[in-house]
Amino acid sequence: MNGIWTKGNFRVAIEVKNIVKRFGAFAALDGVDLKAANGELLALLGPSGSGKTTLLRIIAGLDWPDAGEVSFDGENALAHGAGERHVGFVFQHYALFRHMTVFENVAFGLRVQPRAIRKDETGIRRRVKELLDLVQLDWLADRYPSQLSGGQRQRIALARALAIEPRILLLDEPFGALDAKVRKELRQWLRSLHQEINVTSIFVTHDQEEALEVANRVVVMDKGRIEQIGTPGDVYDNPATAFVHSFIGESIVLPVEVCDGCVRLGGRALNIAANGLASGPSKLFVRRHDMQVGPAGSGALEGAVRHVRTFGPIQRAEVALSGGESVIEIDAPRDRELKAGDIVGLQPRRYRIFAATE
Amino acid sequence: MSGSTGRRSTLPGFGLTMGLTLTWLSVIILIPLAGLFLKTLELSPDQFWDILSSRRTLNALKISFGLAFAAALVNLVMGTVIVWALVRYRFPGRRIFDAIVDIPFALPTAVAGIALTSLFAQKGWLGAPLAELGIKVAFTPTGIFIAMIFIGIPFVVRTVQPVLIDLDVEIEEAAASLGASRLNTVFRVILPSLIPALLTGFALAFARAVGEYGSVIFIAGNLPNVSEIAPLLIVIRLSEFRYADATAIAVVMLVASFLIIFAVNRIQRWAQMRIPAH
Amino acid sequence: MSELQISPGSVRDDLRTEPRLVRGIIIAIALIFLTVFVVLPLVVVFAQAFSRGIGAYVAALSDPEALSAIRLTLCVAAISVSLNLVFGLVAAWAIAKFDFRGKTFLISLIDLPFSVSPVISGLVFVLLFGAQGYWGPWLQSHNVHVLFAVPGIALATIFVTFPFVARALIPLMQEQGTQEEEAAISLGASGLQTFFRVTLPNIKWGVLYGVLLSNARAMGEFGAVSVVSGHIRGETNTMPLLVEILYNEYQFVSSFAIASLLALLALITLVAKTILERHLDEGQLPRGD
Repeated sequence: MNGIWTKGNFRVAIEVKNIVKRFGAFAALDGVDLKAANGELLALLGPSGSGKTTLLRIIAGLDWPDAGEVSFDGENALAHGAGERHVGFVFQHYALFRHMTVFENVAFGLRVQPRAIRKDETGIRRRVKELLDLVQLDWLADRYPSQLSGGQRQRIALARALAIEPRILLLDEPFGALDAKVRKELRQWLRSLHQEINVTSIFVTHDQEEALEVANRVVVMDKGRIEQIGTPGDVYDNPATAFVHSFIGESIVLPVEVCDGCVRLGGRALNIAANGLASGPSKLFVRRHDMQVGPAGSGALEGAVRHVRTFGPIQRAEVALSGGESVIEIDAPRDRELKAGDIVGLQPRRYRIFAATE
Repeated sequence: MSGSTGRRSTLPGFGLTMGLTLTWLSVIILIPLAGLFLKTLELSPDQFWDILSSRRTLNALKISFGLAFAAALVNLVMGTVIVWALVRYRFPGRRIFDAIVDIPFALPTAVAGIALTSLFAQKGWLGAPLAELGIKVAFTPTGIFIAMIFIGIPFVVRTVQPVLIDLDVEIEEAAASLGASRLNTVFRVILPSLIPALLTGFALAFARAVGEYGSVIFIAGNLPNVSEIAPLLIVIRLSEFRYADATAIAVVMLVASFLIIFAVNRIQRWAQMRIPAH
Repeated sequence: MSELQISPGSVRDDLRTEPRLVRGIIIAIALIFLTVFVVLPLVVVFAQAFSRGIGAYVAALSDPEALSAIRLTLCVAAISVSLNLVFGLVAAWAIAKFDFRGKTFLISLIDLPFSVSPVISGLVFVLLFGAQGYWGPWLQSHNVHVLFAVPGIALATIFVTFPFVARALIPLMQEQGTQEEEAAISLGASGLQTFFRVTLPNIKWGVLYGVLLSNARAMGEFGAVSVVSGHIRGETNTMPLLVEILYNEYQFVSSFAIASLLALLALITLVAKTILERHLDEGQLPRGD
């Protein structure tokens, strides 16, 4: 996908090995391994409580794991506190210093440097100006955080984190507190900014669209474990687990029975392969748009259209499957108009079957 | 390298600040209070009982606790009326009166003591008209009662006020829309939701009045067995170098105020459970 | 909903308030009560202080004994407020910025002095440092004076004002959370830099609030100080103690003159407190969105 990966001569910037973190009896992280390549933009994606923010905070040095290793360029990061790791961290609620102007917020990291390496006042001013230019907010230098919009605060928080020339940039739910329109704009902006500065970055999100649109690679997490790591295309098209399939993109899920390589739904054999799955109760996952609609009798499944809504290039039909109580929603192209009452045949073009674990 | 790094915290200084806190707390508060209890242990149970059951001690305790309870009851009722007026109505000078409620907190007790005495003395602004009605306040138990009311007012007002402000108006509208009369709404809907705050305010006013010294002793008359409060008896015993007597009375009062504070904490916890957070 | 909005105000009012007459009676009761029990005592202090004219008032305040009491009061307040300020900041940092077991218990220990009678607050130091106390004899043989001297008065004052600063800061700092401090640390700031550049500016109104209340109590404390002072004229009498002595000697003008200074302090404290509370409320406006 990304050039860094195909070249094969990348340097590992962040490596996380077998991290365990417990809060009382609850395992927030349960043996997590992760590598991020130099210059990569990685998304940690998962529902709330999946451990993604805890992982980010451990990488930053804001939390400490109970076991495991974190290294930056092969060097043990756990030997250093947050202040010595040169990590830029953007907090979910920005954590801007509310009693300082925008300028002083961005300058903070430069002002607290040891005297020996601290820039003089002119140097600090020049650097802050550059950063404010980079986030296109130089005209807000004298404002206070309370006078900024959410999107502006977000960008100032980013400029402040970049001021210390971090080796790694970590963003916790960077767009979480923003409204939908601003989110979209900032997404594209973050991606182009990353291309410009090219620092290894990890961001946490619970919004799959955000992860798929912005990141080079997506790390899908659930219950303190990593479910899958892959490019956005990978995790969408080839979900590794039932969780990933249902969490990313919308899926039709049907309870099926696998027996000796054949798949049954409500006692009726479906004309699809079990792909080597062992016999037992299983779940069939199909994307809405991967369900091919044809005339009655044309597919593995059959059902009656109950309701049709059309928008844009697709029509969404609610279909009650015959021989069962399942009602599914499918997205069909508009080349063949559907209407309520039609009996249709359905054939999954692409599908996955996972053993039912729950 | 890979071993447990323990529960390190990001922010520094926990050990240092916690150490200083515990040290300073021990030196100023815990050791002196422990000294009081240790001193009591030097007394045999019989001695302890003799001190407490002496007529003068019993009367002093009765006066302090009894009048404090009565004053707290007055504060409970009047405090509710004041809070109601301050929160629910708009009238000229409302903000000034709101600020004035804190004066008993802020005014040094000795100043309050001589001011109340001068006010209620036989020739005072209020004492003179009351004397004509045959009511004597200063240098009687009534004077103690008045002083205890004075210092207790802010406790009830300041505990109940925020709760009444936060009370959702929709609840009252709902009650009214269900056909409840205003009187019914007030007594069945609003006051019940104020009960934890009212109890807390009452307990705090009571605890303060029991231990009060400065604002009471000037107006009290300080006649043994009649108008002598327990804190004054402690001071008298100390000046007579009867440390054991002073200590025994102090321990009883201290235990009583701890029990009150404990009760307040329970009330607060009960209130939090009763009214779920929004 | 829309019906409610267009209905006349009086109809809507009827749902939520009392008849005019009842309202009037409640307001009247509240105001009369506050006037009798709070306003009049305050007024009487000034009336008595100036009852013999301004000359007598000034003379009362410029008496050497009065001046010495004022000096001692200021000195004791300065000592106890500054020590409690440092303690309050240290304790609030430990309690508000970290999680540990027994936090609620620790806070109630800090609150203890609020529930101890002032006389008992003095008594505990008599038991430690008095002639018959635990350390009294040893101190006496080494010629160290704690009781009936400035150190004892300061100790008793520190005891009664102990919780003020910490109690003003702990809820404020808990509400502000640790994110700004974490941001400062991750930007490379040291612990002290973080405290002085990030934490302290955020809690400055809370600090002032605690200092204000602690100072008012320190200057006005009577019961605890009375027990440990020994009432040595011109030496160990603070202003409240002198008020008592002069009053008992029937020197009413002098007594009320000094009392009027303390009452003025109380009024200034109240005004300043109101202003600070407004600042604190503003500081608590929702952050973020």
